[in-house]
Parts: sequence; structure tokens; C-alpha cells
Amino acid sequence: MKNGAQYIIDFLLKKNVEVVFGYPGGQILNFYEFLGRSALRHILARHEQGAAHAACGYARATGRPGVCVATSGPGATNLVTGIADACLDSIPLLAITGQVHLRDIGKDSFQEADITGIVTPVTKHSYLLENLEQLPSVLDEAWQVATTGRPGPVLIDVPKNFFLEEQEMRLTHQPLLTRKTKKPDQTEEMLPLIIAKIRKARQPLILAGGGLIAADACRQLAELVALTGIPVVNTLMGKGAYPEEQPQALGLVGMHGLAPANLALNDCDLLLCLGTRFSDRVTGNRRNFANQACIIHVDIDGAELRKNVDVQYTLQMDAAAFLDRLLREKDWRKNRGITTWQKRIRQWRQDYDLPRRFTGPLKPQEVIQEAARQAGSEVIVVADVGQHQMFTAQYYPVSRGRCFLTSGGLGAMGFGLPAAMGAAFGRPGETVLLFVGDGGFQMTSQELAVIREFNLPVKVLIINNGKLGMIRQWQDVIFERHFVASDLPDCPDFVKLAAAYDLPARRVTVREELADAVAFALAVEGPALVDFRVDPEELVLPFILPGGTPAEMLGRWRGETHLRGFSGK
Amino acid sequence: MRHTFAVLVENNPGVLSKVAGLFSRRGFNIESLVVSETEDPSASRMTIVVEGDARVLEQVGKQLNKQVDVIKVNDITNEETVSRQLSLIRVAADQNTRQEILQITEIFRCRVVDIGRKSLIVEATGDEAKIQAVIRSLKPFGILEMARTGQVAMLRGAK
Repeated sequence: MKNGAQYIIDFLLKKNVEVVFGYPGGQILNFYEFLGRSALRHILARHEQGAAHAACGYARATGRPGVCVATSGPGATNLVTGIADACLDSIPLLAITGQVHLRDIGKDSFQEADITGIVTPVTKHSYLLENLEQLPSVLDEAWQVATTGRPGPVLIDVPKNFFLEEQEMRLTHQPLLTRKTKKPDQTEEMLPLIIAKIRKARQPLILAGGGLIAADACRQLAELVALTGIPVVNTLMGKGAYPEEQPQALGLVGMHGLAPANLALNDCDLLLCLGTRFSDRVTGNRRNFANQACIIHVDIDGAELRKNVDVQYTLQMDAAAFLDRLLREKDWRKNRGITTWQKRIRQWRQDYDLPRRFTGPLKPQEVIQEAARQAGSEVIVVADVGQHQMFTAQYYPVSRGRCFLTSGGLGAMGFGLPAAMGAAFGRPGETVLLFVGDGGFQMTSQELAVIREFNLPVKVLIINNGKLGMIRQWQDVIFERHFVASDLPDCPDFVKLAAAYDLPARRVTVREELADAVAFALAVEGPALVDFRVDPEELVLPFILPGGTPAEMLGRWRGETHLRGFSGK
Repeated sequence: MRHTFAVLVENNPGVLSKVAGLFSRRGFNIESLVVSETEDPSASRMTIVVEGDARVLEQVGKQLNKQVDVIKVNDITNEETVSRQLSLIRVAADQNTRQEILQITEIFRCRVVDIGRKSLIVEATGDEAKIQAVIRSLKPFGILEMARTGQVAMLRGAK
């Protein structure tokens, strides 16, 4: 006979869960009692939000579900941002929360919150356990829901009485998913059509999304590009799906996408979209999105097809299976028609490259460029949310999936530090580079304690401009420099804060100290922090204003800044 | 366009709020929604009438299908179906008008289920068009109160 707590712990161990991130509290103490006696490793975050983001960072870095645990009421509600982040970025996450005793539910008991009600819109599914017999089926199904199809977060709310209640437990019914009716597979009739379209295209382009990384389809994508020479642009979540140092990689598209990538998107005659969901940050004006192109959309989630953008061909399919099927086709090489297109793209890349040399005050871009030069592609790069996130997406070439972690869909400031910590637990021995703004860092800086406690090799690189940079950028460009609430006073002293957490730290204020400081952070064994004081006037460019088109792109090329829209091609 | 979805769902607590939440969150317009038990105690049936263009309706079907608690979604709008609603209508009626109202109820095969001194309650069952016709006919007498169910529907023939 097992009690509920033991059953949950054994279930997680059976699923090879190595570590859970959590924070105890009254209603989940009984669970912790047994957790403490088990082989399951528990990491005490310093805030439940940190636990959720850490579990998410772990899942992003490993591909395995992250698990987080919290108590009822405030513990559970503090998880919500992390859960919503996992939902928008399709990250497998299992959240287990304690709930008040079953008989006290609905009585506004101490630390009671209707957490399943709260998280319904931001989970794939959620459960409130109502009797112990359900537990095996609920766990089994929750795991299956979180990890299959399009991955996502699942929450199980467990009233405290079930942790101690004992019962013989076995699967009482088949997991529900097996009852679902499946749609007939249309793959085989669609594929020849799609393949013919790809072959015929003169200006084809691949839009690589995060689904490729979730499906472990990066190798197949690289093979297809090697065979066909089709250029690749990526979404923020798709960064790393195709090695960015390859000649066919054009990098990020969308609002802050690189000019050649956005121009290619605008002019392509065929757009093969893999594992992506046409976020407004990618499409800009939806009606003008790739409007010269025949769009083919492949996604595992059928509800994403034709949700945001009208496309000609849709296929509900796993990206890896789709690419495998394409690779079985012979004679890809025969398509020589795209060389003119490739030449045009090469010209764009020459004409509209990002600025690479900087003068005047230290710029955020050069910090990222220098870190990339020294650390290369053998590290895990984590970016928090804001200007530095976009600069990282633009300036840090990533060559593998699961090596660039960021809160893409939700854009949750404060994600960075706990996610970096989760990634470090998931991939021990690998260095984690965290780029974080002075704003986002202060949202979750308490997790420095965990990084110290376990001596995690997380290098905290604060891109500190004393501003909420992205807010300021919008106020600069859109609100005619009317700056409101985007100033951060010069406080706290991050180097002293690092000292309080016993972390080696430095401050960099001028270009001459940059290389040394990056080298210092990388050389230190374990964690380090560098506070880079950068120019607050710097804008993330290119910039397509919300609802805009690539033709309206603001940017800076060949030393000139164009803030009135992109004029020449 | 107005479409009718027949949705089979797991008879789990919270399933109604999950489906209702989905509609409000995605901005879909519910005209009516009926939930009830089925021949299988572990499943419930929802009949949902939705207003929207083709793209919205496609999304409604797909988003419903994505819900873990949803077993099966059928858009039965263009199928041969039997569909029914039930209405209780309290109509003002005195000695002068009572007879006329009774005649109307007879024409529509409605039933009078309660009679008071100044009013009576008419029970009407039928599809949307019939219910509308009944309401239109009774309106001149003064409708004091009305309670209506949403629509339930089932495919004809076969099976």
C-alpha cells in the first residue's frame, strides 16, 4: 500500500525525473515529508516563479519535461507566469500543487485558491484530484498530455488529505487520450503536391520555428538544406534549429529580424513553414505577410493551421516525420533554378548587414558579439526579455537546437536567471551564458542564491543601461521620446549584490575592459556576474513597427540610420 | 453563418467551464449551449450553436478538438438532423383573450401547462423557426415571462 505522496514520487522516479524545482508550504508539507525520504532530488528555489521558470529552462535545455512543485494559494499562483510561458512556447511542464483538504475546498480556507480555474487558459490541461483512485490515471495522462503532440504544461492540484491517504493503486481506466477520435491522415495525398511545389519554386525559403527543435528535426533540416540549397530564416523560438554560421542561414525574421531575412520573406515565391505559428512578432501585418509566396504550413497542432495566416497548403504532421519523408525523395539537386535567388540574398547580406564595429559609449551589441566570439557555440545561451534579448537573437550565432533559451511567446521578464539555473541542472558540465537586462534581472535575482549554493556554471551578463530598454525604445520611436516609467535609478550596485551572494563579479564601463571581463567570467569555475554599463540610447534595429511590413523596416546599414522606413532594395 | 456543433465530452468536473472559457478567450460567439448526460454515464453531450465566418468556425472545431476532455466534435449544420428547443412562455390572458390563445397553442401543437387568473403558461417544443413563430403569435397578448432552453440536436437516419 502506498499513500498519494509516495505514489507521485515513485511515478516521477519511474519516468526518470532527475530533479524537481519547488517551494514548500502548509498544504504540501506531507508531500515534502516523503520527498525528503526518496531518491528524487529537490531544488529549493527562492520563489515559486523561479521554480516554474527553472523547470521550464530544464525542459527547454533537455527536451524532457520539467517538474515544479508548490503549495496551495500563493504558492500555486506564483507558478502561473512560468506555466503561461511554457504554454505559449510549447514546453513540456508538470506542475504539482498542494490544495487545502478536500472537505475545505470552496470555503475560502486559509491559502485556498482555485488554481485549476486560474490556469485553465494557460495549460494544455489541468486536474483537481477528487479521489485517490484517480491518481494513477491522472498522473499517467498528465504526463502523456504534457509530452505528446504539441508539448505543453499540465497542472495537477492535490488536496492535502490525499498525500497521506493510503490505498492499493492501479490504473483504473485507459488514459483519456485513447478515446479521442483521430482525423484521417491526408499526408500521402498532399505530399506529392507539396514536393512538386518546392521543386518548381524559383525563390523558395524555409521558415524554421520552435517546433523543429521540439521534434528533434534539426538534423533532417540541415540535410534538406544541404541537398536543395534553400535558404532558411528562423523565428525566435526556431533559433538554433539550423546552424546560423551556415551560408544559407539568414537568421531571425520579424519585428527585429535581420534585413536580409525579412527581405527574403517579402520576396520569396514559396515559403515552407515548419513548426511555427505565425506570431504577430513574425508576421507584422498579417495580410501582407509573404504575399508573393505560396505558403506551405506544417505543424503538429492542427489548430495552428489557418489560425493566423491564410495559407495554400497545410499539413498536420510532426516536423521530423515530414522532413524524413522529403528526404526520401530523389534528385533534389536537379533544382538549379534558385541560384539567381541565392545570389540576390548574398547581395542583401552584403548591403544590409548588422553594424559590427562600434564607437562612442559601450554598446549592448558588442558585449554579445564579444561573448559569442569567446564562448562560441559550445555553450547554452539564455536571454531574458527586452532589447538585450533581440540583440542576442541577432548577434549570437547558435548552431544547435536547445542551446538558445528564451521566453518567446509570453515575453516574461525575469525568466532568464531561473531558466539558466534550470538549464544548468539539466545539462551539468556545460556553461550557461545568461544575457539579462537590469530590469529583468531585478525581477528574479533571488535565484542567485541557488546558483551559488550549487556552484552552477551560470555566467550572468547584465546588459545594464539603467533603463527598461525596450519600453524606452518604443517611447523613443513611437511616443516621440516621451519617456515614462522607463528609467531605472542606478541601484542596486550589482557587483555588491553579487558579493552579497558570494559570487565573483566585475563591472565594465568602457570598451577596453570588455574582452577581459568576458574572459574572466568564462574562466571562473562556477558562477560569475558581470555588470556591463551600456549606452541607453541604443535602439534595436531593424525594427518593423507593429502591423508593419518589411518595406517599412527601420534600420541602420552602411553607417546610416533609416528611421523613416526601408527605401531601397 | 450560424453553425451547430455536437460535441461529446468526458463527464468530468470543470469541463463546462473549460469549454466556455475557450469560447470567451478566443472571442468566439456562443448563441446557445446545452450540456446533458448521454446513454454513457462517463460522457456528456454538448450542443453548441455558434455564429461566425468560415475561418472562425474552422477554429471553433479545431480548438474544441484540442481539449483533452473533448472526445468528438461534429459540425452537424449541413447534416440531416432533428433539432429541438423547449420554451415556457407566460402569456397575459383574461376571459376575452384566453380562447384565442388556446387556439393558437393548438395550431402550433403547444401545451398549456398552467392557468392563473390573469395569465397562462404555454410550453412549446420545436426547432428554432417554430419557437420563433409561437413567440411572434403570442406577443400581441403580452408575454410576461419566458424561459428557453438552447438547442439539442441529433443526426437523422443511419447508425
